[in-house]
Amino acid sequence: MWRDALTVVGKDLRVEISSRVTTTQVAPYAVLVLILFGFAFDQNHSLLDQAAPGLFWVAVLLCSVLAVQRSYAIESADGTRDALRLSGLDPAGIFLGKAAAVAAQLVALEALLGAGVVILFGTRLHDPALLILTAVVATTGLAASGTVYGMVASGLRVRETLLPLLVLPVVAPVLLGATQAWMAALGLSHADGWRWLSLLGSFAAIYLALGAVWFSTLLEET
Amino acid sequence: MTGTSDRTTRLLGSAALVTVAVTAWLGLSVTPPDVVQGQLVRLIYVHPAVALACYVAFGLSALASLAYLWPRTRSRRWDRLAAASAEVGVVFCGLTLVTGSIWGRASWGVWWTWDARLTLTALLFAVFAGYLALRRTGGSPDARAKRCAVVAVVAALLVPVDHEATTWWQTLHQGDTLLRANPLIHGLQLWTMLLSFVAVGLLLAWLLLHRYRVEVLEDRFEEEGMAIAIAERRAEGALR
Repeated sequence: MWRDALTVVGKDLRVEISSRVTTTQVAPYAVLVLILFGFAFDQNHSLLDQAAPGLFWVAVLLCSVLAVQRSYAIESADGTRDALRLSGLDPAGIFLGKAAAVAAQLVALEALLGAGVVILFGTRLHDPALLILTAVVATTGLAASGTVYGMVASGLRVRETLLPLLVLPVVAPVLLGATQAWMAALGLSHADGWRWLSLLGSFAAIYLALGAVWFSTLLEET
Repeated sequence: MTGTSDRTTRLLGSAALVTVAVTAWLGLSVTPPDVVQGQLVRLIYVHPAVALACYVAFGLSALASLAYLWPRTRSRRWDRLAAASAEVGVVFCGLTLVTGSIWGRASWGVWWTWDARLTLTALLFAVFAGYLALRRTGGSPDARAKRCAVVAVVAALLVPVDHEATTWWQTLHQGDTLLRANPLIHGLQLWTMLLSFVAVGLLLAWLLLHRYRVEVLEDRFEEEGMAIAIAERRAEGALR
């Protein structure tokens, strides 16, 4: 399973590197979202400072939908989905591989967005360990749940509009947990950031387990 | 079968109507107002019952979906039940949000507040609304059923979290009134509240049965619709 996952993550990332959709389209989109938030709150800088973690994670959520859509768009051309199904790779491995590829792209986007928040919003870092750990765990949860719902919606004619409707309410706990943990890590609140991190960990674990178990059912039939 | 009504639904429907009417009469004119909440307490004969009906319907949808996903029990019946109960559940979830909002406006002074219980219920509504959208997508019935089953099971995981929200988080929403060692409600108020659960339960069963039969008819239409249309056109041709 792990070897299959590595094969799939390698394939997805190579496709991404050669097509450069993430770097030339998704990344500029992410920065644009931040700039638009800046415009929306421009008159009130202290509000922007307070809201920075939430705005950051909303931007990540929006990008995660695009990343997941892209992850399945590359399987829709030239019958590659059937090829993937017939390849004999372990479905759980395919799921983990695709989720890891999405997570890798999201981590790169988060680094960019993080720099954007610091530069554009003037946010100061307080607890970098909690900050980075939260980002990693939250990204795992986002990638795992996104990959499950991406598979559910893939192959449907209405997938572009259906995927956000399915994914965004489900990942709302990630937005809540990651924002609260980041508020603590940036010194903006006195909440226990590590408790929110455990919520994010449980979310990621549940979706990784569900995806690994049910991906074969979804892959067979959709 | 050409309709969705039969003796069972008529009986269930009549029983639901009678119990709802009796609950309304007891709740609105017989039971006394509350010491703290005054007349507002009368919402307790509506809001908890519709919220429970929403949980039951979503739970049923998840159980039916699990039965569909399990290869040994896989049958179209489970898929139909999952679809019917999710749809009825969304209606009750909407009613829960509306009645809760009215109660909130009167007792907290706001229609909506970002409280754990309220937010999770709104999320539950959104997640199952997504499920209903997924049900309307095309593809083979089997593929659609599997896709939807996975989503329903995952979505229903929110139900226990929503129910426990008042215990796990410090919320504005009050905790359990009934499910505690020393219930906060007694006498006629307690019996009226229990009757409201029976009334809404009967209503849920009645709606569910009708909705399930609509699914059966839809399936039949998908299977036989074309054949019936061809036969009708042929009959028209023969008349000319």
